[in-house]
Amino acid sequence: MIEALPTQLIIVIVGLVATVSFIGLNAILLVYLERKVAGFIHRRPGPYEVGPHGILQPFADGLKLVGKQIFTPTGADSFLYWLAPMISMAPALVCFLAIPFGPHLQIFNTNVGMVLILAFTGINVLALCIAGWTSQNKYSLLGAARDISQSVAYEIPLLLSILPIIFMTGTFNLFDIAMGQGSWPWQWFVVYQPLAFIIFFICALAETNRAPFDLPEAESELTAGFHTEYSGMGFALFFLSEYAYMVIAACVTAVLFLGGFQGPGASGWWWFLAKVYVLLLIMIWIRWTFPRVRFDQLLNICWKWLIPLAVINLLVTLLVIAL
Amino acid sequence: MIVKSIRETVAGMWSLLVGMKVTGKNFVQPNITVHYPRQTVKSLEGYRGHIELVPREDDPSKPKCIACNNCVKICPTACITIKAVRPKKTDAPSSEAGEQADDKKKAPAKKAKPELQSFVLEYSYCSLCGQCVQSCPTGALNFSSDVYLAGFSRQEFVIDLLARLQYQAQKKGAVNG
Repeated sequence: MIEALPTQLIIVIVGLVATVSFIGLNAILLVYLERKVAGFIHRRPGPYEVGPHGILQPFADGLKLVGKQIFTPTGADSFLYWLAPMISMAPALVCFLAIPFGPHLQIFNTNVGMVLILAFTGINVLALCIAGWTSQNKYSLLGAARDISQSVAYEIPLLLSILPIIFMTGTFNLFDIAMGQGSWPWQWFVVYQPLAFIIFFICALAETNRAPFDLPEAESELTAGFHTEYSGMGFALFFLSEYAYMVIAACVTAVLFLGGFQGPGASGWWWFLAKVYVLLLIMIWIRWTFPRVRFDQLLNICWKWLIPLAVINLLVTLLVIAL
Repeated sequence: MIVKSIRETVAGMWSLLVGMKVTGKNFVQPNITVHYPRQTVKSLEGYRGHIELVPREDDPSKPKCIACNNCVKICPTACITIKAVRPKKTDAPSSEAGEQADDKKKAPAKKAKPELQSFVLEYSYCSLCGQCVQSCPTGALNFSSDVYLAGFSRQEFVIDLLARLQYQAQKKGAVNG
């Protein structure tokens, strides 16, 4: 029976299963890391009671979420309401297909890898919109509205900061982009495109709704934003997809600007994971350092600074390539 | 105009890095909290717990309190109840009837000091304003450093401070002797 299936299909299915477990493991690790880093920055121990040094805390959290009552608010469209977390989670799985984790560790080597990731991460906005709209709740609706205007605005500088890399390598293939850089740090694109790197990283923070751009779920004004009404696994799926998108953002940054799986000494998935985790730690560090920006400030940063700078950066890059 | 705004933005970006440095420094420094059930805080000076009676210098089991009722009157939530009695003079040599008449005449001049029987604090009503401590003429009240006070019922927070003082004195005596 196995022989009848095309090899590519088997690879994709195995890859999807591996991706799901990778996302799950990452979520567990990141929840623990996030809380520990927050604790250390506040000069307190962080989770400490469940297991040695609290390493079993994420499992306890997960068990609690699984055990919670699934609850649909009155007046909510229950089909769309429960569809939203799934729409949020599903594209995250697809995005991992195109990411080259190592020289031989890529599920689906496609010529449009970068476009695929950009397209599928865009679907998350729809999920948050549906979640906010069907919750029948002012906080959720405001959170969804904020998320849409934020994501739409930040998509532009994100694309504009990727384009110089695409022009330099002449390909959308993530594997080729990673191979186009050398193994030493000064051969990575972050040296040639520091401005694009900074713009991309800021936009990645905004697109993944991370602090200081976490306006769609601002606790202090919107209780929990678009996922206010979700309980149990509905909330857990949103949570999981948020961490999955964080990992995707870190992976794409590593591939585009930090040489992907290439590194001094032996190139391989270990370099890739190390880079991804350093980027994730920086994201967590940023979250526990800066206060949330106001909404007009958020859009001002995007329209008045990031977009013009990204355009100038792109034009200068094009000039240099043309000469 | 443009130069000014660029300069402001660059300064702002720099301040972001300074912020990252502050949190980064705190990240690597040791914890300043303690793991409560296993460790407790050492220095509790300046902590304002519930009030307690200050013992006399000569006798640690007796309070400085003279039962003047100032604290009872000034307490905004009326959470202090004092019971005190004047001890009768039993060492008088004359007959009972004569003594009573005699006592009534001389009463304003040599009043016996009232002795504190109980000093009950209903801590669940206390707002820790400290007016009782300030108004006490003999300095017989003080804030305790009792941080780890916990209970399952409201009755556990009706505390007889005199009994507490005597118990503490007894415990201290047992440790010293």
